[in-house]
Amino acid sequence: MNPQEQWIAFSTILVKEIRRFTRIWLQTLLPPAITIVLYFVIFGTLIGPRIGKMSGFSYIEFVVPGLIMMSVITNSYSNVVSSFFGTKFQRSVEELLVSPVPNYIILLGYVIGGVCRGLMVGLIVTLLSLFFTDLQVSHIPVTVAIVFLTAVLFALAGFINAVFANSFDDISIIPTFVLTPLTYLGGVFYSINMLPEFWQGVSKANPILYMVNTFRYGLLGITDINVAWAFSMVIGFCVALFIFSLYLLDRGNKLRN
Amino acid sequence: MTPALSIRNLHKVYDSGFVALKGIDLDVQQGDFFALLGPNGAGKSTTIGVICSLVKKTSGDVSIFGTDIDKDFSLAKKDIGVVPQEFNFNQFEKVFDIVRTQGGYFGLSSKLAEQRAEKYLKKLRLWDKRNQPSRTLSGGMKRRLMIARALVHEPKLLILDEPTAGVDIEIRRSMWQFLKEINASGTTIILTTHYLEEAESLCRNVAIIDRGLIVQNTSTKSLLRQLNKEVFILDTQEALAELPHMEGYQGQLIDNHSFEVEVEKHQSINALFASLSLHGVHVVSMRNKTNRLEELFVSLVESHSAAPVVQISQEGKQ
Repeated sequence: MNPQEQWIAFSTILVKEIRRFTRIWLQTLLPPAITIVLYFVIFGTLIGPRIGKMSGFSYIEFVVPGLIMMSVITNSYSNVVSSFFGTKFQRSVEELLVSPVPNYIILLGYVIGGVCRGLMVGLIVTLLSLFFTDLQVSHIPVTVAIVFLTAVLFALAGFINAVFANSFDDISIIPTFVLTPLTYLGGVFYSINMLPEFWQGVSKANPILYMVNTFRYGLLGITDINVAWAFSMVIGFCVALFIFSLYLLDRGNKLRN
Repeated sequence: MTPALSIRNLHKVYDSGFVALKGIDLDVQQGDFFALLGPNGAGKSTTIGVICSLVKKTSGDVSIFGTDIDKDFSLAKKDIGVVPQEFNFNQFEKVFDIVRTQGGYFGLSSKLAEQRAEKYLKKLRLWDKRNQPSRTLSGGMKRRLMIARALVHEPKLLILDEPTAGVDIEIRRSMWQFLKEINASGTTIILTTHYLEEAESLCRNVAIIDRGLIVQNTSTKSLLRQLNKEVFILDTQEALAELPHMEGYQGQLIDNHSFEVEVEKHQSINALFASLSLHGVHVVSMRNKTNRLEELFVSLVESHSAAPVVQISQEGKQ
C-alpha cells in the first residue's frame, strides 16, 4: 500500500472506532462521567473539607488531577480491549487480516481509537470538575504530553490483553485485579509522602503513580516524583508495548491459524 | 500468461499435529472459473486460508498473479477478494457500513468506497437493506453481503468458500448468474462447494482434494468423460406393467410410469430409444438419476481412500 492508501486505511479504522464508542455512549461515555461526579461529591465536597489541606491544596483540588487521569487510563484501556476482542469474537478481524493493511496501521488505528475515547472521557470529567473547583494549569505542555502518553500506553496494554483473551472473562481480569488496585494505590487520593518510608518505596514501583503525579504537576505544580524520570519511563513502556503488540500481530497469535 | 494462482508443494501442519496439506501443487489460470472440491476435512478451507493469509503455511510457495506471498503479501492481497464459509462481519454494523469500511481497508477513498458499496449492494439486491444491522438479515442475504464486501475493491481473483451453503434454490441460481457475469467480465473465480451440480454448471476446471492431496485436477469436461456409466430415469406416457425390453441395457421399474436404465460409456442412447420405440414405449421425459460430477466425485474419493496416496498430474485443462 502506498502512503495515501495507508492513511485511508488508518482513518477508516479510526473513524470506525470513534463511531463505535459514540454510538454506544450510554455504555462508554456516560458511566465514567457519573462515577467521577460521585467521587467529586463524596471525596471532594462531603469528606474533603474534613480532611483539610493536602500538599498545600484543598482536597478537591488535590484529587481532581488523579480522578481525571484514572478515567483516561480505564477508558483508553477498556475501549481497545473490548473493541478488538469483539472483532476477534465475531471473526470480523478477518476483514482486516485479508486486506493489505500493514499490521502497524491496524495497531495504530485501534490504539488511537482508544486514545480518543480516553481523552474524550478525560475532557468530560475535566469539564464536570469545574462545577466543584477552579482548575488551574501550571505547565500546559507537561499536562498535554503526559495525558496523551498515558492514554497511548494503556490503549496498547488493552490491545495486548485483547490478543491473548479467549473469553469475555479474560478481558475483565486485568482491569479488575491489576489496573484498579494500581490506580487506587497510585496516588490518586493521597500523597505518598503521607506513607511510612517502606510503603513509599513500594509505591514507587507502581508505574501509575508516576503518571498521576506528573499530571498533577502539570495542573497544580506539585509532585512526589521526578517528572523527567516519569516521562522517560512512560515513553519506554510505550515503545516496548508497541513493539510487543506488533510482534503479536506479525506472528498472528490467536488471530491466524 | 502468469497464472492467477500458483501453489507449489504446499504443506500445513496445525499445532495439534494434524496434517491438513501434504504438499499440493495447483495452478489456476487467469479468467478461469475453478472448482476446488473435496469431502469435509480434505483441506479446501486450509488451502483458501493460506491464500488469503488467515492460515500460516508450514512450507511451500504461493503466488498470486506472479506475486510471491512471502515476498509481498500486501501487494498479493490487493488482487484477492474472499468470501469465507462462516459469517465474519460485525453483527451490529449496518450493511452499507460493512461494505464501505472494507473498501477503506483496501485504500479506496471514501467517495469511491461508497460508490462501489452502492453498486454491489444493488447488484446483489441488498440496497434496500443498506441501513439495517447485519444481524437482521436472512442467511441468504448474509451470504450475498459477504460477496458484495469481497467485491468492493474489484479484485482480479475472487475466492468463494461454500458461497451457497444454506441458500434456497432461487437465490442460489441468481447467485450463479451473478458469478457468471463477474467471471465473464474477467474476474478469476475459485469456488469450493458441496453442491456438485453447482461446480458442474459453473466451473470450467476442477480439482478434487482429499486428505491433503490433490487427487484430480483437470477440466470439468474431461472429468465427466471419465464417467463410465450413467443412470437415467425415463418417464413414460402409458402405464407399465413391467420393465420394457431393452436389448443390452440394464434397468429396473420404479413405478408404473417410470423406470431407470444404466447406459455404459460405449452404448448409444439412440439405440436405447430405438429399442423402446420398437416395443411401443413412448418416453415423455428423461433425467440423470444423480448429478454426473457427484458420481465421479464419490468414486474418486472412495478409490483414493482405498488406494495408496498418489498425486495425479494435471491433464486436459482448458
